[in-house]
Amino acid sequence: MYEGVVQNLIDELGLLPGVGPKSAQRIAFHLLAADPADVKRLAHALLEVKERVRFCRVCGNVAAEEECRICRDQRRDPHVICVVEESKDVVAIEKTREFRGRYHVLGGAISPIDGVGPDDLRIRELMARLADGQVTELILATDPNLEGEATATYLARLVKPMGLKVTRLASGLPVGGDLEYADEVTLGRAFEGRRLLDV
Amino acid sequence: MRVCHLSLTDFRSYPSAEIALDPGVTAFVGPNGHGKTNLVEAIGYVATQSSHRVATDAPLVRHGAERAIVRALVARDDRRALVELEINPGRANRARVNRSPVPRPREALGLLRTVLFAPEDLALVKGDPSERRRFLDDLLVARAPRFAGVRADYDRVLKQRNTLLRTAAATRQGRRRSARRQDDEAAFASAGAGDLLSTLDVWDTHLVRHGAELLAARLDLVEALRPLAAKAYATLAPASAAADLEYRTGVKLPTGCGWSREILEEALRAGLAEARQSELERGVTLVGPHRDDLHLALGELPARGYASHGESWSFALALRLAAYDLLRADGGDPVLILDDVFAELDGHRRTRLAEIVAPAEQVLITAAVPDDVPAELAGARFDVTEGNATRVR
Ligand SMILES: Nc1ncnc2c1ncn2[C@@H]1O[C@H](COP(=O)(O)OP(=O)(O)OP(=O)(O)O)[C@@H](O)[C@H]1O
Ligand SMILES: [Mg+2]
Ligand SMILES: [Zn+2]
Repeated sequence: MYEGVVQNLIDELGLLPGVGPKSAQRIAFHLLAADPADVKRLAHALLEVKERVRFCRVCGNVAAEEECRICRDQRRDPHVICVVEESKDVVAIEKTREFRGRYHVLGGAISPIDGVGPDDLRIRELMARLADGQVTELILATDPNLEGEATATYLARLVKPMGLKVTRLASGLPVGGDLEYADEVTLGRAFEGRRLLDV
Repeated sequence: MRVCHLSLTDFRSYPSAEIALDPGVTAFVGPNGHGKTNLVEAIGYVATQSSHRVATDAPLVRHGAERAIVRALVARDDRRALVELEINPGRANRARVNRSPVPRPREALGLLRTVLFAPEDLALVKGDPSERRRFLDDLLVARAPRFAGVRADYDRVLKQRNTLLRTAAATRQGRRRSARRQDDEAAFASAGAGDLLSTLDVWDTHLVRHGAELLAARLDLVEALRPLAAKAYATLAPASAAADLEYRTGVKLPTGCGWSREILEEALRAGLAEARQSELERGVTLVGPHRDDLHLALGELPARGYASHGESWSFALALRLAAYDLLRADGGDPVLILDDVFAELDGHRRTRLAEIVAPAEQVLITAAVPDDVPAELAGARFDVTEGNATRVR
């Protein structure tokens, strides 16, 4: 345990994803030794991102305005929605240039262990988007791990009565992993070969 | 298959160790507590990524050190593979194969295969069903490393589903309590229940998929082990009643006509449906391979609770020998590790066991005194004293 403020910083850093107690300590001492101007810039960037960036009211992607760049782009196909867990998955899929439709960002996956159920995800918003019947295909691009699969199964069952085409990215993606870690070629190919999901 | 070289950093009592190993028999001899088992435990860890002595990794790291590293150079026919494992208790372990990192440690499974006999094996016969399930699953993984993934997936679905059931059970109780207070049971009973059931159905689907795969594999495995274990037991204990194995599952299997994956999925689904009410009440998954057992019998009687100490020992050895037979038949003679077993056996079983293991490509033995190594197994020898292993023969 360190002096109050230092320990505070270590505790806060330790709450970040992927930062264990050891790394939190390392980062804290790096910041203590760093140039004050550098630390100010970091603090500013942190505050700014919270103030300026928000989530697109349509798809839930990070956006600088009410709606994100993709939702505002009239050339994007409004008949296809690709459902992903996080905004970073949108970035990964955009890199493949395989997909010209729109997105829906759930904000996670169903996982009782983490206390996440359907109500904690942007599923109601998705259902609202599907209500007018304009969307004809729903691509479920949740992560190729257990929670992602379970979320895909859940959604597929939920929209089944609507009679749209529901597809899942082709296998070939590294099983058990995160979508964002798949390389562009693999992810692109998974898009090409997406299959109908039968539930 | 054999280990040509073992190298340890901060593993158990060893700050570091470099041990070159020959084919054939090698015995590690030395006083109690000087580090013999630690060496063979490290080799077992390379094969299974778990210890035969402890359920967690923490005790494997030398006291005061942050991580342990185990390296083994494995030769199979004329191919060589360097397997390196970094054990980080509380965090993800890391693995490298031929100096390249692999995405997940379990991708380094299957490069070394071992069969390890140890005093702890007695728990296979006398212990809880979980010991026998682990025996079966470890063997599945040794035969086909992809089962490490199947097992991990099943465990994960189970954990998710149990958490959901537990939360549901707690919510129901809370709801009943407040309903009583508010005198409006119906309104509370309906709120959120549909949501819960629909996600439970989703987990059921995945539990059934992974569970049926595990169940199918275990059923096949037990069929293959059955005659081999019976034969091994008869050799070790010719005067005793015959040994038999049976896979016992709470899933109602159709009788007679055999089964397929589809039939097992159907049976598992039906089992879950039947148990649903009690599961919701108790907040735990009551059907599936995690509740099954490998039943061991000697003649008419179950081994557990009935077999004598000597019979139990013979049965445990017979199970390991059956595993050895099976792995050998798959190709690639596994490395045999005999940790302190001969001291526990009478003359007859000692000789039989020695005869069976002698032809293996590599046999590693630990013993506190040289006399505990049977004459049939004379070979290389290391003296292990005060945490140093020195080749003396
Ligand atoms: N994590 C650890 N850090 C330091 N020392 C350890 C650690 N784990 C075990 N030891 C030490 O290693 C020794 C046990 O070694 P090991 O089990 O290999 O003995 P052995 O030679 O097989 O003895 P026996 O003949 O009784 O089976 C003990 O003295 C124990 O204190
Ligand atoms: Mg020992
Ligand atoms: Zn948007």
